[in-house]
Amino acid sequence: MRWIEKQRNILDFTLGSLLRRRGKSLALLIVYSLVIFMLASVIFFTHAIKKEAAVVLEGAPEMIVQRLIAGRHDLIPKSYADTIREIKGVYAVNGRLWGYYYDPTNGANYTLMVDSDLNDTAGSIVIGKGVARNLPGDNYGAIPLKASDGSYLFLKVGGILPAESELVSADLILMSEKDFRRMFGIPDEYVTDITLQVRNPKEYTTVATKISQLLPDSRPILKEEILRTYDAVFDWRAGILIVILLGSILAFLILAWDRSAGLSVEEKHETGILKALGWETSDILLMKFWEGVAISLTSFLVGILAAYVHVFFFASGLFEPVLKGWSVLYPEFRLTPFIDGYQVATLFLLTVVPFTIATIIPAWRTATIDPDTMMRT
Amino acid sequence: MLVNPPILALLIFSALASAMLLYSCVYGIRIIKGWNIKSGSEYQLSLERRTYLISTIINYVFVFQLLSFFVFIYTADQLHTVFAGAMCAAGTLNLNEWGYRTVLLKFLTCVFSGVWLLINYVDNRGYDYPLIKKKYGLLLLIAPFALIEGVVQGLYFFGLEPDVITSCCGTLFTSENEGITAGIVSLPRLLVQGAFFGTLALTVLLGIAHLRRRILRGYPFALSSIAASAASAVAFMSVICLFFYESPLHHCPFCVLQKGYGYIGYPIYFSFLAAAVSGPAIAVLDPLNRIESLKTVVPSVRKRLIWLTLGAHSLFAGITIYEMIFSKFQLQ
Repeated sequence: MRWIEKQRNILDFTLGSLLRRRGKSLALLIVYSLVIFMLASVIFFTHAIKKEAAVVLEGAPEMIVQRLIAGRHDLIPKSYADTIREIKGVYAVNGRLWGYYYDPTNGANYTLMVDSDLNDTAGSIVIGKGVARNLPGDNYGAIPLKASDGSYLFLKVGGILPAESELVSADLILMSEKDFRRMFGIPDEYVTDITLQVRNPKEYTTVATKISQLLPDSRPILKEEILRTYDAVFDWRAGILIVILLGSILAFLILAWDRSAGLSVEEKHETGILKALGWETSDILLMKFWEGVAISLTSFLVGILAAYVHVFFFASGLFEPVLKGWSVLYPEFRLTPFIDGYQVATLFLLTVVPFTIATIIPAWRTATIDPDTMMRT
Repeated sequence: MLVNPPILALLIFSALASAMLLYSCVYGIRIIKGWNIKSGSEYQLSLERRTYLISTIINYVFVFQLLSFFVFIYTADQLHTVFAGAMCAAGTLNLNEWGYRTVLLKFLTCVFSGVWLLINYVDNRGYDYPLIKKKYGLLLLIAPFALIEGVVQGLYFFGLEPDVITSCCGTLFTSENEGITAGIVSLPRLLVQGAFFGTLALTVLLGIAHLRRRILRGYPFALSSIAASAASAVAFMSVICLFFYESPLHHCPFCVLQKGYGYIGYPIYFSFLAAAVSGPAIAVLDPLNRIESLKTVVPSVRKRLIWLTLGAHSLFAGITIYEMIFSKFQLQ
């Protein structure tokens, strides 16, 4: 109990003396919080977008088979689907038709995809929210799309995709197979790629090996690998951003070092008087420890809260283009808030630990100067 | 090389900690050479002041080291998503030869720093700093461990190449690269369980006997505590974890750290680490008792340390035995 009482008294005194030097403490607090805010934004955003990617890919097919010609992704013959269907354990083999379309009127890229539900209603399309936002007026009517032979296709907007799936569907246009083939001039016996499911998840790699043996010019891609690539890419982007921000961390550390090394006259007097009153070196070090704790925890809390608001309410406006990639029709979406102890521990290691280490030596210097010399200055 | 925030944080921390330890070592050498408590010279005075700085540095570095130990394991665990075939930390640590070495070195650094802090604590309570030269001698032994650990950790992270889709081929046909220390796993179950319960019981008995001063020397207790820690580690991998995973073949010591098991691995690791640090420290106290200025200090420290060791072992045993009894999985 006496031990707790002692710590409480010293903490009390420390807070009082920090408040007396309000201006100086505040400046440090602001810079400290800002550094934590930047790093926390990067870490929270990356984590949330990785989660989002996983959620989006949840409904994706387990395996996609593409055809490569001269190292480039090419159209795949429908007959390949029959060969794949023969493999044991494989089901739901489907050919997909999709592609990109550049709309010169507003400089955006659309993703065009065939939806078999629309096959009976050729001439009508369903568009994503992002596409709709780019169209003038509220009554969309028909959209002109330039076909590969130079003629124009006027397709009626039959509906708009719901907002929940905006991350995947912002730039999406769904159309019938007939319109799609006419637009791009794709022969009937070809599709863009083939999707399939495998009954036993442990067989994915075996099936993939079989496919590449049976169809040597094909490239099987697993959903798991797409996820892995996303994870690596987002991690890597966050890492690069933090490497860039390291400069500001270093500048902050120098500031912290400087602040705690360059004592003002009052601070020197204060320490001198404390020592003259019987405080020991270890007591002054304890006081400095509590000072560090108070400053670090306050900034940590402020920085994390600000980053939380920035990432989850303002969609991370400052870093978004760097972390997410860039496109004219990027979806507007709110990330699902998610913070765990691991992210907090990482932030702590990146900010509070260097701050504490940078201030040990200055704190010790203050604690060991003679009271006599300090009071004289 | 994989660049992500936690890896950068760990690398930066290791660099800072190594720098601080090197700095401490420089003064450690000066103290070993020039310390003379009877002298009132300027130099001696400055050395006495330095001791405050160095113990503050080591205190902080040790606490942060503990944090970095857990962040490292968690990071290794998280990384399994970017490597084909890895399912948890066991797989990712195996990606190159430095992974497990880093874990081992981090563990050893924690144990040594803990022992050092104990000696420092006792020494500061003796009016004439009786252990000062030994203490700084020990520091010179610990510092290289921390430095090597930083380098090995760097080698581990720099050697990682994530398996991502490249333009030439979609699917990587990698085999499962998870390997478990087969020797430990194939030990006979009864022997392992017997050793686990036996050493634990022995440690408790010796601890109580030592507390009541029936046994004056601390070595038997310290040795049995070390044996109990070792037996706990082996038993955990070969038998206990099966109850957590409810599967007769899953021997991974790292999966318990995952969310699916309620992060129960963290209290288990923590109690294991606490016992591994405090047990050997008891042995260190024995010779100190003979020093005149520490006669009053050592008994109270010893008492607390014995309780800490017993508490840590009990926590480990408590969690694991609870799981062994109440798990849906039972070994027949």
